[in-house]
Amino acid sequence: MIEVKNIQKSFNGKVIIEDLNAVMKAGQCNLIIGASGSGKTVLMKCMVGLFQPESGEILYDGTSFTQMNEEQRTAIRKDIGMLFQGSALFDSLNVEENILFPLNMFSTDTPAGKNERVNQVLERVNLPGVNKKFPSELSGGMKKRVALARAIVLNPKYLFCDEPNSGLDPQTSLVIDKLIRDITLEYNMTTVINTHDMNSVMEIGHYILYMYQGKKEWEGSNKEIIFSKNQRLNDFIFASDFLKDAKDMRMLEERGKIDPERNMDDLLK
Amino acid sequence: MNLLSDIGRFVIMLKGMFAKPENGRMYWREFMQQCAEIGIGSLGIVAIISVFIGAVSTIQTAYQLVSPLIPLTTIAQIVRDTVILEFAPTLVCIVLAGVAGSRISSELGNMRVSEQIDALEIMGINSKAYLILPKILAALIMIPLLVVIAMVLGILGGRLAGTMAGIIPANIYDKGLVELFVPYNVFFALTKSYVFAFIISTIPAFYGYYVRGGALEIGRASTKAVVVSCILILFADYILSALLL
Repeated sequence: MIEVKNIQKSFNGKVIIEDLNAVMKAGQCNLIIGASGSGKTVLMKCMVGLFQPESGEILYDGTSFTQMNEEQRTAIRKDIGMLFQGSALFDSLNVEENILFPLNMFSTDTPAGKNERVNQVLERVNLPGVNKKFPSELSGGMKKRVALARAIVLNPKYLFCDEPNSGLDPQTSLVIDKLIRDITLEYNMTTVINTHDMNSVMEIGHYILYMYQGKKEWEGSNKEIIFSKNQRLNDFIFASDFLKDAKDMRMLEERGKIDPERNMDDLLK
Repeated sequence: MNLLSDIGRFVIMLKGMFAKPENGRMYWREFMQQCAEIGIGSLGIVAIISVFIGAVSTIQTAYQLVSPLIPLTTIAQIVRDTVILEFAPTLVCIVLAGVAGSRISSELGNMRVSEQIDALEIMGINSKAYLILPKILAALIMIPLLVVIAMVLGILGGRLAGTMAGIIPANIYDKGLVELFVPYNVFFALTKSYVFAFIISTIPAFYGYYVRGGALEIGRASTKAVVVSCILILFADYILSALLL
């Protein structure tokens, strides 16, 4: 579990995150959503220690990360995996070497054991047989999956994903979302995801934190978001008429007014 | 103000490099990789420049020494001392600032912009220690070696040009090389090469590591790194000459 307590962060006098509180539980996908510039990425970078907040605390299973020295942080970072927006794979290393990198750095396993682990995680992300390919030879979705494999290779307790679906087609986005959700449940990880993708919100949003201008505007689950009366949230999530209609349909389904298993062909006759 | 802040960040960067390596073998591998890239990667250009510098020195020195009272061995002595004192350490290091310096800056800049440095930090790896320290150590070992090679090739280039152009016979050139030789000059040249190696590795690393933005900024950072390195090399050259000669 990760607790965010009264976090405040500003750059050049401009407040980016203001007095933000949140609790992100283990074994579920915790989504941070909000418009561009709302402070999502800054919050995530504060959580992983890439930015130092001016005040407040980040607690990893009750231990204050913000008050740790560099040595203690290094220790806890071995339990953190992160999937970056641009994948952040090392260009000069092939897929296998990229995934081996954290293992070579921290694992005391034998070379054969490490290679076995690499193949295991590559199979887990449905990418067997690409070991010798370089990042430049992979598609965007494949890069994300390799980055995900690298993020989970040390069995982290906490997984951070910064816009995992950016630049991907809807079908590949679904694959990545499903992978993240399944891996989260399988390893009982605390997964934090920054996203703009409304499909992710509805499909894997066990906990959703909506940020507006650096503050927490709304929090809840993907079930609750349908019934939310928060105007800013609704304007953001259900921005188009199509999505508004989809929301109405989902509300009717949830309230039992429409059969979720309805046969559309019959209805359209 | 910017200069003071840059100096402060530069010192913090250097201080941040000194930490216990997470895995010595990985650091050693990175160090060897950098030795190969800085040393072997720059060997070709260093060899070409050195040979031609020596050759041109011989021809120009002979052109200026018109008095029949000056022995021919003087040409070899002048070429030897010019190559050892100035051309091999300074000119070669200015070229290396362009070749190795821009590579270091653009490599780190690209890693910064594509979040690879952040990825290292998240893994619990000290990115300054893992990425910058091996480059500095490799430069401190390989650049003085390249300077020694440049000295030898420069003098050989002078011999080749002298004999081919009929300016000075090979045996006279060889005789001139050992006459009035001051070993301290080699010590001075190596001292300069260590200082220049530090400049060539740290300044581009600084500009690359702290780059912000995209591809355009990486290019700008590389250019700035090379320009600042060249100016610092010339400045250090003057200070060291004033202090040590």
